[in-house]
Amino acid sequence: MGDLYRRFGPGLSTIFVALVLVWLAGMVLAPNLMMIDYALRPNLPPAAIGGPTDTYSLANIAYLAGEATHRTIFLKTIWASALVALTTFLVCYPIAFWMAQRATVGQLSVVLLLIIIPFFINEVLRTLAWFIILAYRGPLNAVLMNLGIIEAPIRWQGDGGVLAAMVYAYILFMLLPIYNAIESLEKAQIEAARDLGASPWRIHTRVVIPHAKAGIATGFVFTFMLAAGSYVAPALLGAPGSRWFTEIIYNWFFEGGDWNRGAAYALVLLVLCLAVVLVTLKIARVNLADVAK
Amino acid sequence: MSGSERIFNALFWLYLVAFGLYLFAPLIIMGAAAFNESRFPTVIPWQGTTTDWFAAMWADRTMWQSLWTSLIVAVCVVVVAVPIGTAAALVLTSLHARAKGFAYALMVSPLLTPGVVIGISTLILWRQLGIGGGIFLIVLAQSTFIICYVMLMVMARLQRFDRTQEEAALGLGASKVMVFRRVTLPFLRPALLAASGLAVLQSVENYNTTLFVRGFETPLTVFIATKVRTGLTPAVNALALIIIAATVVGAIAFEIARRRRAGRPSP
Repeated sequence: MGDLYRRFGPGLSTIFVALVLVWLAGMVLAPNLMMIDYALRPNLPPAAIGGPTDTYSLANIAYLAGEATHRTIFLKTIWASALVALTTFLVCYPIAFWMAQRATVGQLSVVLLLIIIPFFINEVLRTLAWFIILAYRGPLNAVLMNLGIIEAPIRWQGDGGVLAAMVYAYILFMLLPIYNAIESLEKAQIEAARDLGASPWRIHTRVVIPHAKAGIATGFVFTFMLAAGSYVAPALLGAPGSRWFTEIIYNWFFEGGDWNRGAAYALVLLVLCLAVVLVTLKIARVNLADVAK
Repeated sequence: MSGSERIFNALFWLYLVAFGLYLFAPLIIMGAAAFNESRFPTVIPWQGTTTDWFAAMWADRTMWQSLWTSLIVAVCVVVVAVPIGTAAALVLTSLHARAKGFAYALMVSPLLTPGVVIGISTLILWRQLGIGGGIFLIVLAQSTFIICYVMLMVMARLQRFDRTQEEAALGLGASKVMVFRRVTLPFLRPALLAASGLAVLQSVENYNTTLFVRGFETPLTVFIATKVRTGLTPAVNALALIIIAATVVGAIAFEIARRRRAGRPSP
C-alpha cells in the first residue's frame, strides 16, 4: 500500500482505494452477508420482524434437506452439472490438443477466430437456437427421420436438450484453458514417449493430461459453476421432469414469496460451487491466482 | 503413413467437421428461419421466402423499449466498472505478496460465484435499504462481476509497463497526478478501450443476474426469453440475426485490431 501512495500521491491513492472498497465492501461482501442473514432468519410478516420469533436458525436449510422434491432436484443439478463438465471436456480435448500441438499457425488463427465468434453471441440467443433445432417438428427430428434413423419424432426437450445447449454454451470456458495448458508442453516430450514405444492412449493419459492438469481443472471449475448456476437453458429447454435448482430458487423469490427460503437455497448453491472450486483446485494443485488467466 | 494412422487421421477430420457443425449449425438454422414464412420459426418445411418478419420486428415497440433499456444499462456499467476495475488493478499490483494473495482471491471471487447468486444477494441488500429491482440494481449487480474482467485486462497490460517511464516524468518535475494522466493512463488506453467493449457485451448479453434484479424493466435478453415462452415467431429470429451480424462484425474487428496491436511493439 505504501508503494501505491509513493507512486500516485495521496489524492489519487485515496480515490483508488476508496473505489476498490466501494466494490469489495459494498458490492461483494455486504450483499453476501445480508443474504446469509436472510437465509438464517424465518420468513415473518413485517409486524413480527425483530420480535421474539425473529431468531437465527438453520430451519430454512433444513427445509431443503427435508423436502423430497427439492432435495432430488438439488442432487440432480449437482450430478447433471458434473456431467455437463465431463461432456464438455470430452468434446473439447481432441480439438484443444490439435490446436496446441498439431495445427499450423495459419490453421490456428482461423480456427481460433471461428471458435470465438459463437461465444460473442448472447447465451439467450444460443439457447433459442437449440430451442428451434430441438423442437418436436424441428430440423433435427426431420433430418433423423429422413435418414431413417428414427421412425417417429423424439421429444428432445428435457435432460438431453439441456445438456446439449449447456455443453454448447460453455465450450470456450473449457477449450481455452486446456489449449493454453497443452500449448506449453514440449513437442519433444510427446516424441520421446512415442520413441519409447508408448501407445497414443498412454501418451495422452501419462504425458499430455498430467501436464495439462491445471488447465483441465480450471475448465471443469468454470463449466460446473456456470452449469449449476444457469437459469436460461433449463427454463427454455427443460421439461417439467427436468427442473433445475435455480428454477426452484427463482420460484421462492417471485412466486412463493418466501425470500428467506430463497436466500437459504441460493446460499446452498453458493457454498456448493465454492466447495467444488476449492476441492478441484486442491486435487489438481492449482493456485487460485492461475485460474482467472 | 501406416494404415492405423490413416484411419486415425480420417476419424480426426470427421470429428473436426462434426465439431464445426455443432458450433455453427444452430446459428445458421436460427438465422435462416427468419426468412421462412412459417409462423413458428423453423427451416423444415420451407413455406416460402419472406422478409416480413424483419418488418414485424421493426414495428415492435416493446422490442425497441427493451433495446433502449439494455443500452442505458450497458453505458452505466461501463461508467461504473471501468474506473473501479482500473483502480483495483493498480491497487492490487502495488500490494505486498502476502496481502496480494488474499486480496486477489476476494477480487476474483465474483467470477466464481453463480450469476443468480450475485443477482439475489444484490436484491436482498437493497431491499433492506428500500430500493427495489430496476435499472440501478441491474447496473450494480452486473458491475459486481464485470469489474473483475476489467481488472484482469488492465492487469495484463500493466505487466508490460515500464515503471521507469513514470520515474523519468517525476524526475523531470511532473506532479504525481500529471504522471498518472500523461504517462500511466495513455499506456493503459488500449486495455481500457478493450475492457469497455467487453463490458458492453457482457452487460447486454447477461440474463442470469439481470433476471433477479430487473424489477419491472425488460432488458433485451429478458424480452427474448419471454418471447420464447409466450409467443415465439420468426420476428425474434430476425432480431437474433441482426444481433449476430453485429456481434460477428464487432468480434472480427476486435480480433483484427488486437492482432495488429500484438504485431506491433508496444509504445
